[in-house]
Amino acid sequence: MHQESEIRYPLILGDKTYHQITEDVCAPVEGRANKLWYAAFTISVVVALWGLGCIMYTIGRGIGVWGLNTTVDWAWDITNFVWWVGIGHAGTLISAVLLLFRQKWRMAINRSAEAMTIFAVMMAALFPGIHMGRIWMAYWVLPLPNQFGSLWVNFNSPLLWDVFAISTYFSVSLVFWYIGLIPDFATIRDRATRIIPKTIYSVLAFGWSGKAKQWIRFEEVSLVLAGLATPLVFSVHSIVSMDFATSVVPGWHTTIFPPYFVAGAIFSGFAMVQTLLIIARKVVSLESYITRKHIESMNIVIVITGSMVGIAYLTELFIAWYSGVEFEQYAFLNRATGPYWWAYAMMMTCNVVTPLIFFVEKVRKSIVISFIISIFVNIGMWFERFVIIVTSLHRDFIPSNWTMFHPTFVDIGIFIGTIGIFFVLFLLYARTFPVLALNELKSILKSSGDNYKKQQH
Amino acid sequence: MSVGKKIYGLYNDDAILVEGAKTVVAKGIKVSDTYSPFPIHGIEKIIGIKWTRIAICAFMYGITGTSLAILGMYYFMIVDWPMDIGGKPNQYFLQNLPSFVPIMFEFTVLCAAHGMALTYFLRNWTLPGVSAKNPHPRTTDDHFAMEIDPSENTSMSVEEIQGILKETGTVEVFEK
Repeated sequence: MHQESEIRYPLILGDKTYHQITEDVCAPVEGRANKLWYAAFTISVVVALWGLGCIMYTIGRGIGVWGLNTTVDWAWDITNFVWWVGIGHAGTLISAVLLLFRQKWRMAINRSAEAMTIFAVMMAALFPGIHMGRIWMAYWVLPLPNQFGSLWVNFNSPLLWDVFAISTYFSVSLVFWYIGLIPDFATIRDRATRIIPKTIYSVLAFGWSGKAKQWIRFEEVSLVLAGLATPLVFSVHSIVSMDFATSVVPGWHTTIFPPYFVAGAIFSGFAMVQTLLIIARKVVSLESYITRKHIESMNIVIVITGSMVGIAYLTELFIAWYSGVEFEQYAFLNRATGPYWWAYAMMMTCNVVTPLIFFVEKVRKSIVISFIISIFVNIGMWFERFVIIVTSLHRDFIPSNWTMFHPTFVDIGIFIGTIGIFFVLFLLYARTFPVLALNELKSILKSSGDNYKKQQH
Repeated sequence: MSVGKKIYGLYNDDAILVEGAKTVVAKGIKVSDTYSPFPIHGIEKIIGIKWTRIAICAFMYGITGTSLAILGMYYFMIVDWPMDIGGKPNQYFLQNLPSFVPIMFEFTVLCAAHGMALTYFLRNWTLPGVSAKNPHPRTTDDHFAMEIDPSENTSMSVEEIQGILKETGTVEVFEK
């Protein structure tokens, strides 16, 4: 069996057995929800309904109900789209990249991170959809034979690359997540006593039996999917960044965008995982599995990607000056000192300055501070996209076009509403799905479990 | 014992099952399968199960995806409806190739991942509505089962096999 050095922190705390892991993870699914869950669920449903109302209002009246104008024709919608896609990067990064690097701490967080990814990408995909105005024409983004003399979509356009990237990313993440879930659904199925849950989980478990050959295939498929998903994670946000980078708008037309967006995506994704899991470990009592060590590891990723984002911000400023192009120089000067200076300052503080305190070991091991910083990063990354999109557009080449962007209640309602829908989905997930990868945790219990490590040394 | 029933040895630890499987195989008994709540590394070599070739399938689905993407974009953008976008050349595939790379890549991943997932579900026969084959409900929790088919081990009687199994540290030996 695999031996692990005793100086490594145990990944599963307490005196756990295989059966105890099953009990702990199945408890939220089999038990009844507490009042806190119902309270959170009710608030989320209300917010989600408000958002759905705003979405239907937009579809009914057209996107004129948003605050867009002829100068700022992309604003909160695309900001929200990029923000949600960015958040959706952590899950597959954790389960794919960390699998290839054999990082075992991923096993306690990958399931929830992937669920979060899937819900976040669903929220992201909503925005280009409703931004089309006529959402019933959404199938026009696909290369389908049509009645216009077979007019095809433009394969040279990054917007079409986005369609392929997001749909591939979403569907591959979903399949990856579900394949991992099947054996754990089988565990719940075999424990279920009541007829309705048993039937539902039997269907969800796809008749999984845990045969030796099934496990061989399971591990091989996980490995190959991880290998496929790793470049996919990096490609998706690169392509999202090309929506901007291939344009000729000052402030967007930069080659640094793909790596900078990918770093930002991982940064914001880990922050959202941190926010959700710090709450979840308390609510469903999984402190033995999602330990301080896990939180610290995620904080290390946050501080590193945050620093990369910080370097990218400074490089952008330097290159704008160094380019000698006055439009480019003005775009950045206007970002930092123009009417949207407060958004720029917000972005710089939340994304670059505050995460730096994670360089202090005590701080990155503190759960309260980790939670606060993760919220800061979520806010900061939203402002990053707002700064990139709105400040580049609002003062374009002709000063008579210069204007400001003012969101309407519909803009705000849809954004807040997607957060509501996201939490509705996540809360339902936390009550009905095994929130930790049971089979993976059991496979590391003997090498990384606290009690087994103590016995060995 | 009635015809078609199989013998199962139930264990409460993966290490005991691995040792048990070695003992049983050394005595010349063919183990047809094991059931476990998580993958037991190395068990396939002991009981003689071949490694899966599903990764090769994934590669083939992947190159199919690349080829389809290239063919599709060649037809749409070069043959059927060439567009002059910003005065950029588009008469030849190679001239447009750089902007085709993202979709070639995405479509490769799409086909490889979904093709492999479908193959995985079909080969494993794990599909919605299929009933599970594990002999004991706790083999998805904390127990491990070894399956022996008497019809594959005709040189020994069922009682002999059960006797050998019991000596390997099983918590239960049963027929099903």
